[in-house]
Amino acid sequence: MASAEEASRPFAGLSDVSISEDIPVEGDISVPMSSSRRDDEFSTLDEPVKETILRDLRAVGNKFIHVLYPKRSSALLRDWDLWGPLLLCVTLALLLQGGAADSDDQGGPQFAEVFVIIWFGSIIITLNSKLLGGTISFFQSLCVLGYCIMPLTAAMAVCRIVLVGGSGTVSFAVRLVVVTASFGWSTFASTAFLADSQPPNRKALVVYPVFLFYFVIGWMILTFSPSQ
Amino acid sequence: MASTKDAFEFQAFEEAGNLLEENRDAVTISIEDEGGKPKRAAAYSPGGNEEDPLTSDDRTELLSGQKKSVPFWTFEYYQQFFDIETHHVKERIIGSVRPWPVKNFIHVYLRRNPDLFGPFWICTTLVFAIAISGNISNFLVHLGKPNYKYTPEFRKVTIAATAIFSYAWLVPLALWGTLLWRNNKILSLVSYSFMEIVCVYGYSLAIYIPAVVLWILPYEWLRWCSIVGALCLSGSVLVMTFWPAVRDDHPKVMISILSTIALLNVLLAVGCKAYFFSKPEPALEAEISTAAQAIKATSST
Repeated sequence: MASAEEASRPFAGLSDVSISEDIPVEGDISVPMSSSRRDDEFSTLDEPVKETILRDLRAVGNKFIHVLYPKRSSALLRDWDLWGPLLLCVTLALLLQGGAADSDDQGGPQFAEVFVIIWFGSIIITLNSKLLGGTISFFQSLCVLGYCIMPLTAAMAVCRIVLVGGSGTVSFAVRLVVVTASFGWSTFASTAFLADSQPPNRKALVVYPVFLFYFVIGWMILTFSPSQ
Repeated sequence: MASTKDAFEFQAFEEAGNLLEENRDAVTISIEDEGGKPKRAAAYSPGGNEEDPLTSDDRTELLSGQKKSVPFWTFEYYQQFFDIETHHVKERIIGSVRPWPVKNFIHVYLRRNPDLFGPFWICTTLVFAIAISGNISNFLVHLGKPNYKYTPEFRKVTIAATAIFSYAWLVPLALWGTLLWRNNKILSLVSYSFMEIVCVYGYSLAIYIPAVVLWILPYEWLRWCSIVGALCLSGSVLVMTFWPAVRDDHPKVMISILSTIALLNVLLAVGCKAYFFSKPEPALEAEISTAAQAIKATSST
């Protein structure tokens, strides 16, 4: 009985709680961290431009290394950025120029075509993955797909170097091996990041479009023929 | 007391009992899976119940509880067309190339769950397969000729894409409109939704992917054999799927619809072969190259 009374005591005064209107409510809404954050903003404004650019470049370079050794890390997913994919896309499109695309209409891909294929293809694959119920976000997926083009861009650079030496059967065999290896590497790297976000009975449905995407890019690289 | 009992008496149980007696295969609700899908596996018996589709289709549609009407401008509307798994896609692709035993693709494989994944990615794969195979076959045909300069020909990808995607979307649209128009005139037991028709057409293109890869080899007899084989398989699947929908119709209309389906299929296949895959014509090529050399010689002097 006594314990029940004790238990009800905290609630005893609730029935006649009222706030008098002449009690001023005052306080200080200040976040204790704000002063240091203001210092940070000022410091990034004051830092030299080289420092700002290098910080972003270091982040991009860090992600390149994560693509080179595709462990199950979440660095690509956590801090996604689209600088790396843009750099790679522009590099690849520039390297694919200067081919047999003089004034001939049936030549290689134009700069805009490469751009459209890469970005439009990435968007379609991302939409496909999200429609199938993936947990990865839109820009994270674009980031992963863009960064995993890096092996193919490296293969394109190697192919151009090989083509300087000649364009016979041996060079074709070498280029075929290089492009196939980098295509396999790209697909493997991107599925290492993307496949985890899908339930296991749909993994193949998500991996196949990625395979097709990198296959088409690899085909564009392999069929690049220099103008004579 | 007796009157209130009569007012609250459920009529539905009697109906279900009566219907159960006359048709053991009809779909029924079971109280346990209140929020789940009804047991679809029991509903369809492929291979003979031609009178049943209407009753069982109506029941599953009304009782399934998963056909929410979501507006078509939301993301969720399109998500319901991607509600499939890997083995479903495999089964549908295999079913689209195998017209035996005689069955209806929509009833057996789609089962009221049409998907957009298969049609879209099969069409995309076919577009790139045609472009790449055409490129390789041109290269092989002209291999060894001194005047030939290899070009990747990326323009052909856009042309192939236009042709394939318009076949896979516009022809189902026209067919769906035609079936709807005929359904207004003649009450047919079987009616297909637009997505189901798109799905059938998309999966029926799957047989062309290996056929197109076979066309790389520059042998005319091989190309014609594979085109005829692919046409027979995919055409028969299409015709057998739409046969129940039009057979109650006037015979002339039925024959014209079915023959249009087959004819468009043939046109697509032969058109792709003719445009993307050049025939090896050695005599003509030699004449042209010697004439070109003669012209060059005369112009340089």
